[in-house]
Amino acid sequence: MSEHVNENPESPRSSGTVSTVAPKEGGGFPNPGLPPHVHRQADENPRAEKRAERMVAGLFLLSVLGTVVFIASYFVFTPMGTNLLGEPGTLHAVRWSNLFTGVGLAVAVFFIGAAAVHWAKTLMPDEEWVEERHHIEGSDETREVAAGIITDGLDESGIARRPVIVTAMIAALTALPIAVLAPLSTFGPLPGSKLHHTFWKKGLRITRDTDGTPIKASEVAMNSIFHVMPEGLTEDLEDYLEERAKAATVLIRIDPELGQNQDSLDNGYQGILAFSKICTHVGCPVALYEQQTHHMLCPCHQSTFDVTDGAKVIFGPAHRPLPQLPIEVDAEGYLVAGGDFPEPIGPSFWDLHKDK
Amino acid sequence: MSTTTPTRPSTEAEAPASQGSGDGRMLRLGAVGGDWLDRRVSGAGLLRFMGRKIFPDHWSFMFGEVALYSFVVLLISGTYLTMFFVPSMDEVVYNGIYAPLQGAHVSKAYESTLHISFEVKGGLLFRQMHHWSCLVFMVAIFVHMFRVFFTGAFRKPRELNWLVGFALMVLGMVAGFTGYSLPDDVLSGNGLRVVDGLMKGIPIVGTYISMLLFGGEFPGHDIIPRFFTIHILLVPAAILGLIAIHMVMLVLHKHTQYPGPGRTERNVVGFPVFPVYAAKAGGFFFLVFGIITLISATTAINAIWIYGPYDPSPVSAGSQPDWYMLWTDGGLRLIPGWEFTIFGYTVSLNILLPIVVYGGLLVFLALYPFIEQWVTGDDREHHLLDLPYNAPVRTGIGVAWLSEYLILAMAATNDLIALKLRLSINDLTWTFRIAFFLAPIIVFYVTKRLCIAMQRQKRDLALHGEETSKVVRMEDGQMLEIHEPLNEFDRWVLVQHDDYRPLKAGKGVSSLRAAATSFFFKDRVAPVAPSELREALEHAGHERHRIDELTGGDYTTPDARRH
Ligand code: HEM
Ligand code: FES
Repeated sequence: MSEHVNENPESPRSSGTVSTVAPKEGGGFPNPGLPPHVHRQADENPRAEKRAERMVAGLFLLSVLGTVVFIASYFVFTPMGTNLLGEPGTLHAVRWSNLFTGVGLAVAVFFIGAAAVHWAKTLMPDEEWVEERHHIEGSDETREVAAGIITDGLDESGIARRPVIVTAMIAALTALPIAVLAPLSTFGPLPGSKLHHTFWKKGLRITRDTDGTPIKASEVAMNSIFHVMPEGLTEDLEDYLEERAKAATVLIRIDPELGQNQDSLDNGYQGILAFSKICTHVGCPVALYEQQTHHMLCPCHQSTFDVTDGAKVIFGPAHRPLPQLPIEVDAEGYLVAGGDFPEPIGPSFWDLHKDK
Repeated sequence: MSTTTPTRPSTEAEAPASQGSGDGRMLRLGAVGGDWLDRRVSGAGLLRFMGRKIFPDHWSFMFGEVALYSFVVLLISGTYLTMFFVPSMDEVVYNGIYAPLQGAHVSKAYESTLHISFEVKGGLLFRQMHHWSCLVFMVAIFVHMFRVFFTGAFRKPRELNWLVGFALMVLGMVAGFTGYSLPDDVLSGNGLRVVDGLMKGIPIVGTYISMLLFGGEFPGHDIIPRFFTIHILLVPAAILGLIAIHMVMLVLHKHTQYPGPGRTERNVVGFPVFPVYAAKAGGFFFLVFGIITLISATTAINAIWIYGPYDPSPVSAGSQPDWYMLWTDGGLRLIPGWEFTIFGYTVSLNILLPIVVYGGLLVFLALYPFIEQWVTGDDREHHLLDLPYNAPVRTGIGVAWLSEYLILAMAATNDLIALKLRLSINDLTWTFRIAFFLAPIIVFYVTKRLCIAMQRQKRDLALHGEETSKVVRMEDGQMLEIHEPLNEFDRWVLVQHDDYRPLKAGKGVSSLRAAATSFFFKDRVAPVAPSELREALEHAGHERHRIDELTGGDYTTPDARRH
């Protein structure tokens, strides 16, 4: 009888919440039991069985072939050497090597799988078995013994009778995790004022990012954009990349007539304006410049800054304008910084507006 | 633990123990080896317990397996990579064989990745296998998770295993992110920079966390060695441990099965582990391995020599992370530039709100089994799966969740979509912003309605059987279609499921819970009851009788009869 019972094994210890399960009329339908089994070809026809056997063996042998191809091509196609088209250039050789070793390995593994699955499907028994389930929870006796172990153990430890120990233990277990903070603090320095300053200083020349040459104001054509770095920020510096990550700046010349922000124009030089290139959202380099609209676009999340209006945000997730680097011209006519950025560059943070 | 042996199908004749002498030798060898092991590690007990365990078979049970097997491929290929990868940010001048980068200042991590790709034999293949298997792993985990969701396999007693699976999904994302940050190319560096920006946006402690993680200011010299330890030790160890727990619980609970004739809440119908399941599942591992290898042999992925070494200044247009991280970028693109200052301190809502949304989506998913159990108050064990259309509200919620996920992921590619379809990015962003709020609601409603329509249709099918498209016109002009009743095996699948009803507030039911049960079950379609079927069959019997009287039992058309 048990075979056809379909009800859920109701927990003998129901929690007592009101359930939405509706009782089934008359206990529901009877389960008709497993349908009759249909035999496969290979079960009834010895020829089909032989065919399936040969097929499985054949698939295994294909795998051997794949292994041979893999090993052979591993040595034939060196990444730097052989390339079937005879083209020069390393990439071609690497591609051939990758293709042949890869396909060889793929065949070697795939056909082991294909053989095993085919074997199981055609030749191993395909009749389903039935296994009974049991309640997950232990028998009443087991649960009682388990509960007994806990109460006895707690009693033997005397935890309930010794509040002093318990209090001290809680103190110890609370204090210890705080100790984690100590080693954690050596993972890095405190921010201090680092995030508030960059490499730029008054009088530093503005140089091209590509070759480090200084730029004359007269070289900056209308509507052109220069990617610039401060002079002296070179590869031999200890924290070269960290400084670059903060100092990256763009130089753009606009028609002063278009300027809508007098402060911004005053910080520039005849319409040449310098803005931090680090997005004030989460810090990607912003440098897609649209000459017609005078907008700068950040490729990461599309914050859009209006260069004619002090790099104010006109669309997207950034909030603050790109900080503007004040610029001047030195005695030789080269563009120099008039000082550091007036506020921290890049993503906003908690104490951004505190002076440091 | 149980020791009942499953019953083998009764129709099967006992096979003779051995046929040829070769066969006999094989069996004897197995017996000797088994005896040796049994005397040392009680192998026989283990085999008795596991060897004939029953696993039900269904194509949708395959995704968990794919996840497991692609993880093995990850371990194999990743171990190979560690033999050659140098997790260091020290700077060197590149002088390897890749000409376009010769003379460039790069980190050792980047240099060694180029070395693996171009100069280590099989290195590129293993790199590509590692990355492809990661993508397959994440797809499989995701699909597997939603198979479990839509079939209600997370219900008692499997809630804890749902949580373990959920943790595996999150760890998979961590593994993937720390992994593609290692080669130190422009894409991975920009990804790290976004993480730096996100951390700085956390109130009060943000800048401290960022400095601790990067060992100073971004990018610093520590992040890659640190991520390396996380990526090859901590995360894989945690994943392995959780997989072990996942599997132990699976064996303890025994696998769920789809409803079908002969399948009950108290049995498992399927194939024994040895030999059938072992051959199928073991074979399947090789199939997955083979397919990943084939993709890696033919399709380039993460060609870091094209992106170039990381430098904080150059721009890369359209920088997208791997697909499973896309959704975490979408919210950052959709949020308007909200930021405010309080007592001179800055609060970046444009960072915090997306993080809250991501956290909310994940937490909801993790807790869903407990939410649903609270609603239904159903305290029974469930081993028979729900067909998704029989749980319209759950299915609607799942699809709505997916639609939200998809919108976030698509928003993360808005620049590419805009380029492809020649749309304005601003319009597209606004579309996504609106869709973020509307789509889940619409999707929920439509899905629920579709499920209910399917339930109605199945109900009709159970009651009236299959339409034969043979129509008879009665003398009174009435048209009757001849229906072929289902056999009891086919009908069973359509009538076996449970019925849930909304509750009224009061008597131990809070009004909140009453509202929740009403949300879940007020539009329910009751399953066919035995009395209804009896009536329908009687009615069909009468109709059949009338038709037979009219046609004499000959259902060919009058036209055909004339010939
Ligand atoms: C837990 C699952 C794992 C995932 C999802 C994963 C994912 C990734 C990804 C996406 C990459 C970037 C690969 C590329 O350059 O295209 C990567 C790199 C790497 N992974 Fe894993 N990985 C996993 C486990 C492992 C394990 C277990 C090891 C070693 C025992 C390992 C070792 C490495 C190494 C050395 C690299 C850098 C080498 C390179 O980029 O070429 N990974 N991983
Ligand atoms: S980093 Fe520039 S928009 Fe997000």
